[in-house]
Amino acid sequence: MKFVSAIIKPFKLDEVREALSAIGVQGITVTEVKGFGRQKGHTELYRGAEYVVDFLPKVKLEVAIDDAMLDQVIEVIEKSATTGKIGDGKIFVFNLEQVYRIRTGETGPEAL
Amino acid sequence: MKKLLSTLAILSALGLGVFGLANIAYADETSAPVTAVTTAVAPSDVLVPSTDATAVVAEEAPKTMDVGSTAWMIVATILVVMMAVPGLALFYGGLVRSKNMLSICMQVFVSFALISVLWTVYGYSLVFTEGNAFFGGFSKAFLKGVTPDSLTGVIPEYVFLTFQMTFAAITPALIIGGFAERTKFSAVLAFLVLWVTFVYIPVAHMVWGGGLLSDAGTLFGGHGAKDFAGGTVVHINAGIAALVGALVIGKRVGFGREALAPHSMVMTLIGAGLLWVGWFGFNVGSELAVDGVAGLVLINTQLAAAAALFGWITAERLFKGKASMLGAVSGAIAGLVAITPACGFIGPMGAIALGFFASFLGLWAVTKLKNLLAYDDSLDVFGIHGLAGIFGALATGILMSADFGGVGYPEGVTMASQMTTQVISVGITVLWTGVVSYVLLKLVDAVIGLRASEEVEREGLDTAEHGERAYHM
Repeated sequence: MKFVSAIIKPFKLDEVREALSAIGVQGITVTEVKGFGRQKGHTELYRGAEYVVDFLPKVKLEVAIDDAMLDQVIEVIEKSATTGKIGDGKIFVFNLEQVYRIRTGETGPEAL
Repeated sequence: MKKLLSTLAILSALGLGVFGLANIAYADETSAPVTAVTTAVAPSDVLVPSTDATAVVAEEAPKTMDVGSTAWMIVATILVVMMAVPGLALFYGGLVRSKNMLSICMQVFVSFALISVLWTVYGYSLVFTEGNAFFGGFSKAFLKGVTPDSLTGVIPEYVFLTFQMTFAAITPALIIGGFAERTKFSAVLAFLVLWVTFVYIPVAHMVWGGGLLSDAGTLFGGHGAKDFAGGTVVHINAGIAALVGALVIGKRVGFGREALAPHSMVMTLIGAGLLWVGWFGFNVGSELAVDGVAGLVLINTQLAAAAALFGWITAERLFKGKASMLGAVSGAIAGLVAITPACGFIGPMGAIALGFFASFLGLWAVTKLKNLLAYDDSLDVFGIHGLAGIFGALATGILMSADFGGVGYPEGVTMASQMTTQVISVGITVLWTGVVSYVLLKLVDAVIGLRASEEVEREGLDTAEHGERAYHM
């Protein structure tokens, strides 16, 4: 099993969710996050006071999947989250050791 | 439930009956005198046209109450109240960090209320009764001698003194922006009470109450400083005091190193909008009557605000790259400040020029001057109220010339002599408010202590001083 964590632009969230649902992903977890990459921050100016905003708002999307789905999931996220401009985000892939469904006690791929 | 309803029905029926009876009884009592009056009037002539009657009254007693003016002045007074609560509170509140939102609102609300009471105890008397060049007397302390029948011009004295009360109460509230986010609540109140007593009252008496700088004053030989609605008394006065306050109290913790960005531009927009609307009460009301000059003030106020708004964002776009909403709002306020002393003396085209150039001065002050001198006038009271106020007061001396579409100078006054008068009156105001504010701040610092501890400042004044927070999100 794999655990995929993707940092994307907030306004792309709906598109990514729809695309993932369409290929049969059962659930995702979403967190509003802040950070910086190559896009860097921006400057805000209030009268004479200039503030550099280093951390830009992003959305972190986490999804646990079966190994077989990995390539498809990566492809779908890449396709639906891209704008072609700097700051589109990154996808991190981890090996996932175990999954438990709390309600039934199921484990492994059945619990996904 | 049914029982409750029926009981209520019976009770209300009884109540109505009692009130009905009472009304009848009252009507019986009063009906006799009413008919007596009618019969007394009837023989003379029932069909006398009302205009003749008023004409006769006007000839006999020139100082009579004007109903239209009185109605307007009551509305104008309420508009100025709206400028402070909630206008100024929201305008300032949006500009501070969310942890200090309530402290600003409290300081504005409470000082406004406190000074309103003080105004009737001694303020009104010390400004508007005869005294020396700097203070009036105590003859109307506690509003002694003021009755519903007493008039000021064509409006009841009660209306006049309430209108003036709102000016005295909003001016100190303006100063709060200079030392926002770091000053103790108790110290703010103590300072503002002292400030009204020893700065606002004498300056208002000098300009409006027959003191040193007025037409009646000795300094300018019969032709005093021109300050229609309070450029010197309100804006220069408060602007300089705020600068002195910012310097004496010192910078906020983290000023220049940490982000101290405003927490809600929308609150600031709402507040500024209320200020703009209320300013018509402030400026037009200062004519104290409904007449042609009131109309001139109306158009001038709007034009100066509009031109300054446009001027500010144009300059921003040219020199900073982006036109900002805070810039638009700041420009409008700077224009309104600048037109305040001039609004009844200059022409509409003069008002456009005045507002437009005042906005450049304001922008320069809050972007360049502030960084150059490194003072932390948190909400730019000095840059916007102080400097735009000084600019407006001085420009009044030039733009009031008939050559620029103004109302022209009084007999025997030239542009040069009027300008001298304006410069001296601005100078005296700056000096008075600067020196006395400094002394009062030092006094409060010695007795109460002005500055909140660093711990309190870090935590935010809302929870530390008032035990509540503005937002639960």
